[in-house]
Amino acid sequence: MNDTPITEAELHAYVDDQLPAERRAAVEDYLAAHPAEAERVRAYRQQNEQLHVLFDTALDEPVPASLQRPPARRAPGLTRAAALLAAAAVGGVLGWALRGGEAVEITAGLPQQAAIAHLVYSPEVLHPVEVGAREEAHLVAWLSKRLGAPVRAPQLAEAGFELVGGRLLPGEAGPAAQFMYQDARGARLTLYVRTAEDNRETAFRYAQEGKVGVFYWVDGPFGYALSGELERAQLLAVAEGVYRGLNP
Amino acid sequence: MTDDRRLFDEHIPRLRRYARALTGDRTRADDLVQDCLARAWEKLSLWQRGTDLRAWLFTILHNLYVNDVRRLKSRPELLALDDAALEVPQHANIDGGLALRDLDAALRQLPDEQRAVLLLVSLEEMRYEEVARTLGIPVGTVMSRLSRARERLRTLLNGTSPQLRRVK
Repeated sequence: MNDTPITEAELHAYVDDQLPAERRAAVEDYLAAHPAEAERVRAYRQQNEQLHVLFDTALDEPVPASLQRPPARRAPGLTRAAALLAAAAVGGVLGWALRGGEAVEITAGLPQQAAIAHLVYSPEVLHPVEVGAREEAHLVAWLSKRLGAPVRAPQLAEAGFELVGGRLLPGEAGPAAQFMYQDARGARLTLYVRTAEDNRETAFRYAQEGKVGVFYWVDGPFGYALSGELERAQLLAVAEGVYRGLNP
Repeated sequence: MTDDRRLFDEHIPRLRRYARALTGDRTRADDLVQDCLARAWEKLSLWQRGTDLRAWLFTILHNLYVNDVRRLKSRPELLALDDAALEVPQHANIDGGLALRDLDAALRQLPDEQRAVLLLVSLEEMRYEEVARTLGIPVGTVMSRLSRARERLRTLLNGTSPQLRRVK
């Protein structure tokens, strides 16, 4: 009935087509009599339409493979075939979060710190590292001691990168290490290693920090971040090489 | 049972759309969706079959987002450095010109909790009761956040973009 006053909630329900049919006429009468309110309703409808224009493109994009497959851990009800398939996928691409949701917390700040360290040290001509690759054994022993667990500098020769050396850095919660690699053209990658809060594994993740791309993950006692100004696919290939080098 | 593997598939595009609108950043949005799906697989036994899977997934995504935001806020110095030196603004893919870009920018200025409600209603076209269940808040709160979000957007857009009126 038209004598019940129109509420703010009903105006929104009208905008969103959630108004009970029997109140429609009352709201329309009200709007006809109140042009400012009618204008408001029109603006809200336009917001709805424009939000769809802005974001509906996401619906049409192909879903990345990394989002399509279940994690390797056996979910309840997974068939054997599905579990095998998932395991194969993870073996191949390391793609998925193995232990799920806490990853957001344990990789906090990791790509940013790594990217900053990369930006600071990779352009260095005279002093890119504290300890050079010729003293690799010493470098690794030193960094392992400071980080409190055995660190390794993986071989990336297969990807065309040689170890330049490494340095100790202040991390957020303690010491962190940076290994620097260089290819024949002088392009540099850095592998940033910091202690993780607890032993877990996460998926490979990617972050873009300015020109620097960063693949990062947590594996056992360390969080790793590989930074470089490479194409994402190229950097991923090297990151997989790093992972294989660390998990032979 | 064999279909479990595909259980979430139909919801992924919408989760991505929501995450992207919520964060304004593609990479971050996909990370969020990935975490959400991983968490959902982990907790699948807790989902009651026959209840609304979409709302359940959106709840998980939303909670992860809230944690994420809380974490970022607790590291102001890192954020400042991010903003100043490193961040590449990543706008949604827009061909529609100024008005849409203004809307995107205005959306970023809404408080997180208002933006979430607005997007679930406008973009996801959830019923108000569903939004309340998804976010774990009373329907009255949904309505007041919705009202504030829309009015704030309208004010922001009127201020910056008089030509908005001409856009269909």
